[in-house]
Amino acid sequence: MNVPHTNVCYGLLGEFDSPKELMAAARKVREAGYHHIDAYAPFPVEGLSQALGLGRKHDLVPLITLIGGLGGGLSGFFFQLWVNASSYPMNIGGRPLNSWPAFIPVTFELTVLGASLFAVFGMLAMNKLPQPHHPLFNVARFKQASNDKFFLCIEANDPKFQLQDTARLLQSVNAQHVTEVRDED
Amino acid sequence: MSTGDRTVNSPEIRRLARVIEPGHSYASVTDKISSIVLTRPVSIGWLAGFAIAFSLLMLMTVAIAWLIIKGVGIWGINIPIGWGFAIVNFVWWIGIGHAGTLISAILFLLNQQWRTSINRFAEAMTLFAVACAGIFPLIHTGRPWMAYYMFPYPSTMGIWPQFRSPLIWDVFAVSTYGTVSALFWFVGLLPDLATLRDRATNKPAQIIYGMLAMGWRGSARHWHRYQSAYLLLAGLATPLVLSVHTVVSFDFSIAIVPGWHTTIFPPYFVAGAIYSGFAMVITIAIPLRKAYDLEDFITMRHLENMAKVMLATGLIVAYGYFFEFFMSLYSGNKFDVFLVHQRLHGPYAPYYYALILCNILTPQLLWIQKVRTNVAALFVMSLVINLGMWLERFVIVVISLTRDFVPSAWGRYQATFWDYSTFAGTIGLFVTLLFLFVRGLPAISIAEMRELVAHTSEEHE
Repeated sequence: MNVPHTNVCYGLLGEFDSPKELMAAARKVREAGYHHIDAYAPFPVEGLSQALGLGRKHDLVPLITLIGGLGGGLSGFFFQLWVNASSYPMNIGGRPLNSWPAFIPVTFELTVLGASLFAVFGMLAMNKLPQPHHPLFNVARFKQASNDKFFLCIEANDPKFQLQDTARLLQSVNAQHVTEVRDED
Repeated sequence: MSTGDRTVNSPEIRRLARVIEPGHSYASVTDKISSIVLTRPVSIGWLAGFAIAFSLLMLMTVAIAWLIIKGVGIWGINIPIGWGFAIVNFVWWIGIGHAGTLISAILFLLNQQWRTSINRFAEAMTLFAVACAGIFPLIHTGRPWMAYYMFPYPSTMGIWPQFRSPLIWDVFAVSTYGTVSALFWFVGLLPDLATLRDRATNKPAQIIYGMLAMGWRGSARHWHRYQSAYLLLAGLATPLVLSVHTVVSFDFSIAIVPGWHTTIFPPYFVAGAIYSGFAMVITIAIPLRKAYDLEDFITMRHLENMAKVMLATGLIVAYGYFFEFFMSLYSGNKFDVFLVHQRLHGPYAPYYYALILCNILTPQLLWIQKVRTNVAALFVMSLVINLGMWLERFVIVVISLTRDFVPSAWGRYQATFWDYSTFAGTIGLFVTLLFLFVRGLPAISIAEMRELVAHTSEEHE
């Protein structure tokens, strides 16, 4: 998906009525040996990632979140320590300068803040969003992907991709309205 | 589905157990919710409500402008009552926000299906309540243009905030809470913004929703990461929401003022926050489902469950009041004993009795199912609890400050016109934002409702 397309054909898009049909089709297309495929649904469909063969390793969001949380918490704690014990020491009620329990509330908040920011922006970055232009948006019927239709796209950069054969395969797995997706720029 | 197990065959029980009325498809859910934003004409009722709310908001801008010109002396605060309405309202608003996060995060982790149709506007309520709350400590500083001193930034003066102070913890807790609530809300909105982009018929709407949707196309790969990010955010927001009101209660309990210096404050503040928040969700849900015919989606099951949560948290709050009372007497500390006496017989005793009436006695009616399933009764109840929770903060702030240790330092507090107008103004801000939200964004999560349709149709098969 990262390779810039030299071909103006992006892939073939098949439409389905229910998540069940989509999952069944995705499985069959994978069994037929295609790997560059993606499915589009108006809500998260349970088991669809497995049907497409996406493993846990595709998902770096938890790791990114952990890094954000650790980063926020550790830098928050040591920053407070540096501020209140070294850069601008203040004697408050005779407490020791490193009165670490008093730094915990802010450390906690910054842990959550760091983790949340990393989770959201990490998710967007891994999904390569925002992405205003995508060849799929050229297909008029694709508007239904955010309503009640389910789509399966076999991408043209798949080594097995052959316009005629692939279209026939999509029809054989009960796809309606098999359309060629063209990238027009 | 605990309600369904008892007498499954009773049609009444089945009606009450529904989280969505039967007969809905993916397309009908999309149509019904998105049409409120995209096609429904602006009604007279909406305009009238908006006009009233917006006038109150304008009153707030006048009150704040006058405050900035004259200083905090226009309020009823004095020495020793330095906190007054500003802090009462701050705690009240922040508390209201908590139900939104509880519904969207904690009920999500607990896999409660009934959260689905109420989480979106409850999260919006959280954001707007935090916005209202944030105004008060800011303008209460007296010199709001210097408020940035509270943030640690490398200044040429070489000074830094004092991180051992609960007031600085508050700055971090509330700003983190606001940020995380906004992120959670936006992530939830993303697929729905794509729906609006695809269904909008006029150019400006297509451009605005298109930019906000960021090119979301519902790819399975995207949904996969989206779901893990959403789950992680729910997991992060859960301890966060508990920490926020805990930190707010530290503002009181770290001080040595009688009536404040008590270890029961954090849990009972959190319970009170959820209590008042659910009351506000009900206050909003009842007119919303009526005005936009959303009874299919916000069913009696939702209202009844929220009433049950109110009852449960109300009992925790009652437990908190009882132990606060008991420990003050049991401690034998003469200042604490005196404070109890002041609450029962002092100049502000009527507020205390009104608080007990609103927060403890009236909600006991929720034990009766007829009350929980009566929309009008629930609406009145939610207003009573909102009032009661405001009185609670008034009692905590004002009674303790007017009668602390030395009689020569005692005082009286009387709110002024500007106190009331600022408070009414934030209600105006809150309602204005809610009115704009209902017309500008889907008030119910469309993607999650489709998921619910998918689940319920599987159950039938």
